[in-house]
Amino acid sequence: MIGNYIKLALKVLQRRKFFTFISLFGICLTLVVLMVATAILDNLFSPRAPESRFGRTLCVYTIAIFGDSYSTTGTPGYGFVNEYVRNLPGAEATSAFSNFSGTAFFHQGRKIESNIKRTDGAYWKILDFHFLEGAPFTQEDDDRGNFVAVITSDLRRKLFGGASAIGKTFTVEGQTFRVVGVVPPVPITRIAAFSEIWVPIHTQKRAGWATQMTGEYNGLVLARSTADFPRLRREFAQRLTHFRFEKNYDHVNVGLDTPFEAFARSLSDQRKYNTQTPLRVKLILLAIALLFITLPTMNLVSINLSRILERSSEIGVRKAFGASSRALVGQFLVENVVLTIIGGAFGFALAVAILSALTNADLIPYAVFDVNLRIFLYGVAIAAVFGAISGVYPAWRMSRMHPVNALRGGVQ
Amino acid sequence: MIKLNNVEKVYRTDRVETLALQNINLDIAPGEFVSMMGPSGCGKSTLLNLIGLLDAPTAGELELDRQKVRGWRDGDLARFRNEKLGFVFQSFHLVPDLKVVDNVEIPLLYRKGSTAARRKAAREALDRVGLSSRVTHFPTQLSGGQQQRVAIARAIVGKPRILLADEPTGNLDSAMGEEIMDILHDLNKKDGTTIVMVTHDERFARRTDRIVRLFDGRQVA
Repeated sequence: MIGNYIKLALKVLQRRKFFTFISLFGICLTLVVLMVATAILDNLFSPRAPESRFGRTLCVYTIAIFGDSYSTTGTPGYGFVNEYVRNLPGAEATSAFSNFSGTAFFHQGRKIESNIKRTDGAYWKILDFHFLEGAPFTQEDDDRGNFVAVITSDLRRKLFGGASAIGKTFTVEGQTFRVVGVVPPVPITRIAAFSEIWVPIHTQKRAGWATQMTGEYNGLVLARSTADFPRLRREFAQRLTHFRFEKNYDHVNVGLDTPFEAFARSLSDQRKYNTQTPLRVKLILLAIALLFITLPTMNLVSINLSRILERSSEIGVRKAFGASSRALVGQFLVENVVLTIIGGAFGFALAVAILSALTNADLIPYAVFDVNLRIFLYGVAIAAVFGAISGVYPAWRMSRMHPVNALRGGVQ
Repeated sequence: MIKLNNVEKVYRTDRVETLALQNINLDIAPGEFVSMMGPSGCGKSTLLNLIGLLDAPTAGELELDRQKVRGWRDGDLARFRNEKLGFVFQSFHLVPDLKVVDNVEIPLLYRKGSTAARRKAAREALDRVGLSSRVTHFPTQLSGGQQQRVAIARAIVGKPRILLADEPTGNLDSAMGEEIMDILHDLNKKDGTTIVMVTHDERFARRTDRIVRLFDGRQVA
């Protein structure tokens, strides 16, 4: 019977070419938007190299310190990360790294624009960079403030052409660094990993940076497994009970966040952030996705109703010859699933093309928006939900059509 | 085979109440070929729809094949229609996207059985109405008479005990009408199928065993 329905569905799609085009266009467009958005979100948040251990990494990207009349919110300072995050008991590794900052310098008479980030030895254990040559600098390099640097292969090309960069030097912000390692470029969407030049923290020149509670440093805590998260958070909270407040401040809001929680925290009022905030952000994202899916779904529901209404005679005949309402719902759902699968296949192909174009356009430097199995499965799930929502209501409504009315032409 | 006791059908809207049928008493024996006549709007098709379980009476009792139709759910009605009833409509109501043989198979889709068995039964039904050479055609490729013969094949493919025909010759010229009547008579005589036919044509009505006449929703003969 299902084979018969599929055959009929394909014939119906061929018969009403304009309707079919509109339906497929709606399905295709919706799925493209959702799949491209999903791929971008996946690119931002899913653990992938060099952040492939971020499934078990907690981040400290923002801090809010406030009193009755004063508040300071922003990125933590090195002093905070060093005192409250570093060497957290139970962690596999802890690290501090600065926000990347844009910089420009001259090398062999050429102006080079780049980004620089300061970090420590543990950073290279938490992030799994693939070294094209050389190796990362060590904790000892950081402790001693050695002028060594890791650069990207893209910067290597700009600085030294195609040649090996190991042992070569370049001068940035008045400091001359010796290259010890070269890694592939990292997309800017990877907050922790992105930069083009990485140098030890202790090469910093600015005064006072080492004791600041707010500033430009982020903390990373690598857990042995996600099961350790609660314990690490308790340890962190315990440490914060000894937080030294300056005058006029008596509250601090900071946490060990998963990457998504850190994102949610950055979007929210950091004074009011609590454990429910990530859920709220997730619900808002879901609501936006639902809105995206609802509008074309309504359109498709209306098209499906018109399409099925045209076939009221067939509904009447099928009912007369023994089709139950349930069987008719099944038939129209199969038809809608066929339509959605075809639209979904077009949508998937178009999403792959758009993501490839986005990658090639270099709108987000070094970002590679690919479609992996996870995205594909998201796409299948989105298509299934879309197909069900847009198919169930028309199918249910048509199946309830009175057979006599259906045979007369569909007025209920 | 078909019994109606004091059957009444009222159509109600917000403002108007229309009495379509009143006090209908009818007893049709197994194997009988009955025609129903009357002017347009007298309730013939309504009565046929009630017998065909496509509509429900407002009052009165209906008995089909010794079963009282009372409180039946959608699934019960669908099963009975599928197993015991066959329909032929004035405007054929063939599905234009399906080939002739697929149209004829429709009633069998709602029964258990293999694809091969369905196909075989559909071909036999088409052979019975003289259309075995048209199985792969689409309805629009056939004449009106041929389309009605396909509709009859569809109605008999499930071997129903009751065949309900609503003006089966209404859209056909007299020669084709005769052909259709011949097929219906053949089914009635050879298979013993009980047939109830609505018609406006006195000539065709006279070829049936009995004529039931309706006027303004009442049974007058």
